Amino acid sequence: MPYIPHTEKDIERILKAVGASSVEDLLGALPSRLRLAKDLDLPKGLSEQELAGILKDLSSRNSTTREYASFLGAGAYNHYIPAVVDSLISRSEFYTSYTPYQPEVSQGTLQAIFEYQTLVCQLTSMDVSNASLYDGASAVAEAVLMARRITGKDAVLLSSALHPEYRETVRTYMAGASDHVSEVFYCTEAGRTLPEAVEAALTGDTACLVVQHPNFFGSLEDVEALSRVIHAKKGLLIVVTNEAVSFGLLKPPGETGCDIAVGDNQSFGNPLNYGGPYLGFMAAKSEFVRQMPGRIVGETVDKNGKRAFCLTFATREQHIRRERATSNICTNHGLCALSCAVHLVSLGATGLRKLAEHNLFKANYLKEGLRAIRGVDIAFGSPVFNEFTIRVDKDPEGVLKALLKKKIMGGVLLKRFYPELDRHILVAATEMNSKGDIDRFVSEIGKLLQ
Amino acid sequence: MTIDGAKGLIMDEPLIFERNSEGRSGVLPAPCDVPEADLESLIPKSLLRDGAAGFPEVSEIDAVRHYTRLSQWNFGVDTGFYPLGSCTMKYNPKVNEAVSRLEGFTMLHPYQPEALAQGALRLMHELEAYLCEISGMDAVTLQPSAGAHGELCGLLMIAAYFKDRKRPRHKVIIPDTAHGTNPASSHLAGFKVVPVKSEGKGVLSASAIEAVMDEDTAALMLTNPNTLGLFERNIKEIAAIVHKKGGFVYCDGANLNAVMGLAKLGDLGVDVVQLNLHKTFSTPHGGGGPGSGPVGVRKALEPYLPAPRIRKAGKKYSLVYDRPRTIGRLKAFYGNFSIMVRAYSYIRRMGGEGLKRASIVAILNANYMKERLKDTLSLAFDEPCMHECVFSDKLQAENGVTTMDMAKRLIDYGFHPPTVYFPLVVPGAIMVEPTETETLETLDSFIEAVKKIDAEAKASPELLKNAPLNTKVRRVDETRAAREPVLRWKG
Repeated sequence: MPYIPHTEKDIERILKAVGASSVEDLLGALPSRLRLAKDLDLPKGLSEQELAGILKDLSSRNSTTREYASFLGAGAYNHYIPAVVDSLISRSEFYTSYTPYQPEVSQGTLQAIFEYQTLVCQLTSMDVSNASLYDGASAVAEAVLMARRITGKDAVLLSSALHPEYRETVRTYMAGASDHVSEVFYCTEAGRTLPEAVEAALTGDTACLVVQHPNFFGSLEDVEALSRVIHAKKGLLIVVTNEAVSFGLLKPPGETGCDIAVGDNQSFGNPLNYGGPYLGFMAAKSEFVRQMPGRIVGETVDKNGKRAFCLTFATREQHIRRERATSNICTNHGLCALSCAVHLVSLGATGLRKLAEHNLFKANYLKEGLRAIRGVDIAFGSPVFNEFTIRVDKDPEGVLKALLKKKIMGGVLLKRFYPELDRHILVAATEMNSKGDIDRFVSEIGKLLQ
Repeated sequence: MTIDGAKGLIMDEPLIFERNSEGRSGVLPAPCDVPEADLESLIPKSLLRDGAAGFPEVSEIDAVRHYTRLSQWNFGVDTGFYPLGSCTMKYNPKVNEAVSRLEGFTMLHPYQPEALAQGALRLMHELEAYLCEISGMDAVTLQPSAGAHGELCGLLMIAAYFKDRKRPRHKVIIPDTAHGTNPASSHLAGFKVVPVKSEGKGVLSASAIEAVMDEDTAALMLTNPNTLGLFERNIKEIAAIVHKKGGFVYCDGANLNAVMGLAKLGDLGVDVVQLNLHKTFSTPHGGGGPGSGPVGVRKALEPYLPAPRIRKAGKKYSLVYDRPRTIGRLKAFYGNFSIMVRAYSYIRRMGGEGLKRASIVAILNANYMKERLKDTLSLAFDEPCMHECVFSDKLQAENGVTTMDMAKRLIDYGFHPPTVYFPLVVPGAIMVEPTETETLETLDSFIEAVKKIDAEAKASPELLKNAPLNTKVRRVDETRAAREPVLRWKG
């Protein structure tokens, strides 16, 4: 049997040692009246070779972002992952270990997370970071709960330009209190959240404003102006970033009045993987650290005074505090955080800046190409990073379908999330889109809209 | 033959930020093949940043050595025996890693057309069906990212069910042996926790549940096998009591690895269960995730499952978002897909027969451990156990030696310590879960090490107090980490 080393002789030795007459006898802990009478109805086991063949076949029934020119973004970004990332996270001392409860045999994981926390603080210009959360959406939900605990206030105001699946996740987490969640509508011309609209929606009971930057439409928000508005009402500002490459270029949340920065670091080191696992991050001002959810690694010393690391502030956590914990999170996304850290370290300061610039230039090149096409409008007037919204003269679903025939995944249809944006497509470009692909996209969409 | 921990050459390594040398970089992006523009013509200066202070600047080889050295300070399942109770540190098959890295799985965008992701959707649909069959549930969602995320999902569905009937319920009964995530998830889902004690022999009695179960109680949340490694043998009677008052039985499936092919939780009266793919189905723990926590439910709760669901019509698979009674979603997209690939691969490799064998051998190994160690370590409950057993430091306490001391000394002998001080109901608990993938020789060498440590506890307890001696760092001052927090490098 695969992975089970026991021979019949071994089984006999166990039975003898425990004084059981048979395997059945030893299974006495499980009363026979509760036992399953028949075999599981599952496919027969496979050899490794057969299995590899079947999985290869299944994988070939998918079409990849290598086979198609992909302009899909919307919270999942196609970036080049340097070979060092998979090589290093494949060290099995990293990936076959558990959460580092025993620090003396987990210094590798612990130092790597401590460094990751530092990298997140550097990217966001915030004081403290946790070890990771599941993904951007659940990180926003956790941040909202945290803001309610800190302020003691109930109401939560979400920008409607926050990723629709993130908003849905917040509402799910808030189940019992979802009446307290409201949304402020985006400006239909600028495609961003207007401070005066936020001001009108705020009450004295607003715990936090949640705004995504760059937002779901790709537009850059005026975070500083939004910060002034929410802080005037003594609420907290939560800034969400799910295209983390933008940190290489944009003024970070910590310099624009943010109290809790959350989002997804998938863009660094984590493949698209059909939606997961990704990498939720959370960073905050230091005064909020004891209200943060999730694992946190701290620096300390060993008994000889040598630098060492361990999990800390465990009294916030479920295994100590049980129902009074700041969160129920236990297993988080440690290995994804390691991938992210290795990617960031291998890029370095110069590489990060260049990567962010390239993304901006690619998106701008695509945007200008599309703008010149008759039948395509750039939907919103705000500046963007590597993603933007277009409006097409024809049925956008038909346009995207026709593009597929040319091996182009042309973008995400917005009608599903925003019924009023019924001719709109969300388009992203990264360093993975060559000039040739971009030119082809522009030319094909031009032909379709003639 | 025993394989003890021995000293090897372990290299010191500073923080990556302390290796910085201005101007160095590892893997730079490809040259930009579109015209570069003036930044400020695209983005107003007020929105642009200066560089991130202190950001790493190292060469590729320095980065590689850095992380390679760090990895060598870690202990993984591939390093040695890792009997961490409740965490199921079984072998993580290499073929699962290989297939999960196929480009046809990794280079898929979650929003690409369903027609271009038929292989992925089929794999997910089949995995749902396998998990239903193994757990005895009617429907499974793969969306939750981890066990605790699955718990939240299950409890939110239960809350939604009662809210839908305009009779919201406010309480969840949880035994004192439960994982901390159970009460934390219940609280997060808006419930008040009603604790209940396990009785005499470490299991729940029907009468204890009957005494607290009422019509304001939404669910009983139990773990079966429980965290003492014992099977809740009164589960059917208990479920009947809960059901009679209109409540649900939630089973924390963290220990499902002990009952595959032996019992179906659905047949025992369980209505909701979360399945930790990173425990039972051999996917790696990654030093703290990512895991995956699918949730199975019986028919009554099926309408509340998160959206989207995967539908098969003819040979076509699609995602269905129109779910009027759904609780919503717990994350973006569909779940931790690459973890699902690994679990799917494990189930296909093992087959039904193999899974059953895995559970049986896990039980055999745990009972062997229990019998061979019960004269050395105090056994919390001398009952036949399932996949794990719980000891304590009662016998060693007279020499002033604690569970923590023994755990740290085990490291010197080349073993990862068991789970310690959990479950809370056993003071000084030492929870050992050998799993089915370990040979008897490995178990024997662990047993021998524990016996040696017991002898050391009598002869030279200070040796244990000083342990571990062979690790890169000695015992770590965790109190200082909390009192004088240093949570990031500041230069």
